[in-house]
Amino acid sequence: MKLREACKLSKEELKSLQEELLQKAKESDLNAYIGFERSEIGVPILIKDNIQVKNWPITCASKILQGYIAPYNATVIEKLKVKGFAPMGRANMDEFAMGSTTESSFYGPTKNPHDTTRVPGGSSGGSAAAVAAGLAIAALGSDTGGSIRQPASYCGVVGFKPTYGKVSRYGLSAYASSLDQIGPITQDVKDAALLYDMIAGYDEKDSTSANIAHTSIYKNLDSSQKYTIAVIDNYVEAASEDVKEAMQKAIKALKEAGHTIIHKNLLNTKYDIATYYIIATAEAATNLGRYDGVRYGYRAEGAKNSMELFFKTRSEGFGDEVKRRILLGNFVLSSGYYDAYYIKAQKVRHLIKEEYNKIFAKADLILSPIAPSVAPKLGQLQDPLTMYKSDMYTLAINLVGLPAISLPIMKNKENLPVGLQLIGKAFNEQPIFNAALSLEERVNYKG
Amino acid sequence: MFEVVIGLEVHVQLNTKSKLFCSCSTEFAAKPNSNTCPVCLALPGALPVVNEEAVIKAMRFGYAIDAKVNEVSRFDRKSYFYPDSPMSYQITQFYKPILENGKIEITSKDGGTKFVTIKEAHLEADAGKSIHEGAISKVDLNRAGTPLLEIVSGPDMRSSDEAVEYLKKLHSLVRYLDISDANMQEGSFRCDVNVSIRPKGQKEFGTRVEIKNINSFRFVKQAIEYEVERQIEAYEDGVYEEEVWQETRLFDSNKGITKSMRGKEDSADYRYFPDPDLRPLIVTQAMIEKAKEIPELPDEKCKRYMSELKLKEYDAKVITAQKELAHFFEVMLEEKIDAKNAAAWLINELLGRLNKLGLDISQSVVDAKTLAKLISKIEDGTISGKGAKDVLDYMIEHEEFDIDAIIEKLGLKQLSDDSAILALIDEVLAKNKDKVNEYKEGKEKLFGFFVGQVMKASKGSANPKKVNELLKQRLSS
Ligand SMILES: [Zn+2]
Repeated sequence: MKLREACKLSKEELKSLQEELLQKAKESDLNAYIGFERSEIGVPILIKDNIQVKNWPITCASKILQGYIAPYNATVIEKLKVKGFAPMGRANMDEFAMGSTTESSFYGPTKNPHDTTRVPGGSSGGSAAAVAAGLAIAALGSDTGGSIRQPASYCGVVGFKPTYGKVSRYGLSAYASSLDQIGPITQDVKDAALLYDMIAGYDEKDSTSANIAHTSIYKNLDSSQKYTIAVIDNYVEAASEDVKEAMQKAIKALKEAGHTIIHKNLLNTKYDIATYYIIATAEAATNLGRYDGVRYGYRAEGAKNSMELFFKTRSEGFGDEVKRRILLGNFVLSSGYYDAYYIKAQKVRHLIKEEYNKIFAKADLILSPIAPSVAPKLGQLQDPLTMYKSDMYTLAINLVGLPAISLPIMKNKENLPVGLQLIGKAFNEQPIFNAALSLEERVNYKG
Repeated sequence: MFEVVIGLEVHVQLNTKSKLFCSCSTEFAAKPNSNTCPVCLALPGALPVVNEEAVIKAMRFGYAIDAKVNEVSRFDRKSYFYPDSPMSYQITQFYKPILENGKIEITSKDGGTKFVTIKEAHLEADAGKSIHEGAISKVDLNRAGTPLLEIVSGPDMRSSDEAVEYLKKLHSLVRYLDISDANMQEGSFRCDVNVSIRPKGQKEFGTRVEIKNINSFRFVKQAIEYEVERQIEAYEDGVYEEEVWQETRLFDSNKGITKSMRGKEDSADYRYFPDPDLRPLIVTQAMIEKAKEIPELPDEKCKRYMSELKLKEYDAKVITAQKELAHFFEVMLEEKIDAKNAAAWLINELLGRLNKLGLDISQSVVDAKTLAKLISKIEDGTISGKGAKDVLDYMIEHEEFDIDAIIEKLGLKQLSDDSAILALIDEVLAKNKDKVNEYKEGKEKLFGFFVGQVMKASKGSANPKKVNELLKQRLSS
């Protein structure tokens, strides 16, 4: 059942839908849900484990937040509730959204419903796998460097990363404040527009929220609009054959739909990767400092003084990937290295933005791969650097703050989904959804 | 011979209604952690939002000290782990403060005036408090997030006296501006001192030593003097390099000495970087207008008291040095009494008495209106100056303020009735006919004798001014 169909159900029907979904989720062995909390009767939305829901546990899939109950609602949750939606269930994720496979979760990895020996992607892997497997009608995820778009692509569903500032971050446990955005993961483009409309808009509690009124995307969906869409040739060259095939398929479909395709190049993605991992880890190192065992969550036993309490709690409470990023972040900020790393990264971030501006002077949208290949096997991305490189196509979008939608195009020979992303101009998101809808209508992807 | 170089960093707690980054009250709360919310408890997902009132108060200070108020400033994260710092970083303004390049005029060592530059002043959030009870430590975050304005002076002071003079001026200024309660004991006006020495004539500064958190003007003076002596001694003993290094020391007020806080190797790295949760702080026209609503400041007031009210410089300075005193004085003037009388009575009589009791003006039982009314009783001749002092003593001792009743009770009312005084005069003149003749022949010195006799006859209650006037009339007729 699609989200827009569920919105038409009566209270009784919603109640049984909720029960049915929870039942299925509990029986599933995908490990997409890590909690089965529910609130009132309403259209059920699965919530990633880093978005605060009042009176629900929230752990960011980490040991360090075990036992913590959120005393307040994130702004997106407030907005959903007002509109008759009901948060239901906690979706698995990479610990503190740091990862591309959901394997860094304290609760163990989520499995890809298309092939349970493979990862669902990450960090919003639980959200994407649940929607793909029919365990959730729709879900909320968060995207810091591709964490909505990449798992959506690996699982064959739709994920939208809004323009930075369009959705309030109030109540989203921060990973990297200047990159994080909450967004929808849904079965198709129309549902993504519908759910996005529900959570978008200015929030005075988030100083980085844009004070711009939100115009409904869903009501204005029009797949007959024609756009100029840029393809990044040097990006496609570096991708796997599956992705190249999906690109060709999508370009053909877009041309048939009446869009104009132009060809462009962007900076080598190695600059995106370096810049991202400096900025994201610098922000993360400080954002995660609050998990110190003093006020809430996990506290190590037997500390003799406060410094020891911090050391022990954080050593025992955080997983390896989180520790790695905290160390990296503290390193790039330390005196003597700040200019060489952090300041330089900010400069490159501006440079990347300029690159995108140049393309958007000529094009309305960009069509680009999401990941170099299809979902890898569980345990395949052991080497952190290999994993960081797999984010090459998604990171720049967060660095520049652009909106982008991920949608499935085809399945490869192994029956694994391949998705692509359409990237738009900041605060101009209607064209993304319109073009994505026209693409969706033509590629006829079957989950 | 050595020159002492002193710079000061003062943390002023701004008296805003709510905290710097959340809407929690800044009022004192007895119950620990009761003035807290997700933001100041640093719960997951909570985000800071800048309190405009704090920004406006900082700007107001900027305009008052003629500083550059930056149209765009920024907030940065300063990282350090401490149990009462819930976020593990303090939000401060390290790279781009709201205020730069101000100045404050002080009286210098040689009695002249000089300007102390204010290099910068920046907004930042206060930490909470740790409470240690034996083996247990507790954290109270009621204070966490309270706005502070850190005011950083240039290395412009050359003696402990100048440093204290600057602090007193700054203290008075923030109180006049009503941006802080500036209570040193309660920690809303906290001071760190940077001290170095250099041989007279040397251009380069010596090694700067920081002394942290000194909570009275007297301790500031003591701490500087101890530290200067320590540094000079090290220099003269040839161990300056070994014993004086850039470090933070603490003042031990019991022993009157400064002590090293941590070892040489262990210098903190705060890893400052721009806070990505906050956009650059942009000052709007509406904020500028509000910030420019500046009351009359001590220096201006002092000048006006001298030019308009003809007060002596000393009196004007004493009264304007303290906001409460100036206010007291101005309320007194509302009673239409002579300004010089008001100043003299306030400084010499009321403050004199309060000083003896160890009280300040805000603790005076006699309020401004009452003191002014008492002075008006002298001015209209009801009582003498001496009588008024008795009334004042009586009021302070008995905490009774009905002046007329006290005058009555103490029998201080002066005889001012013309006919009654004339009757006394006539009586005296009749008794001293020979002296009257001598006076009329030119021995004018005798006038004083007649005044004395009349006063004596009235048992001291006659209004001396009236006696003079009427006596003159009678003797010339
Ligand atoms: Zn608060």
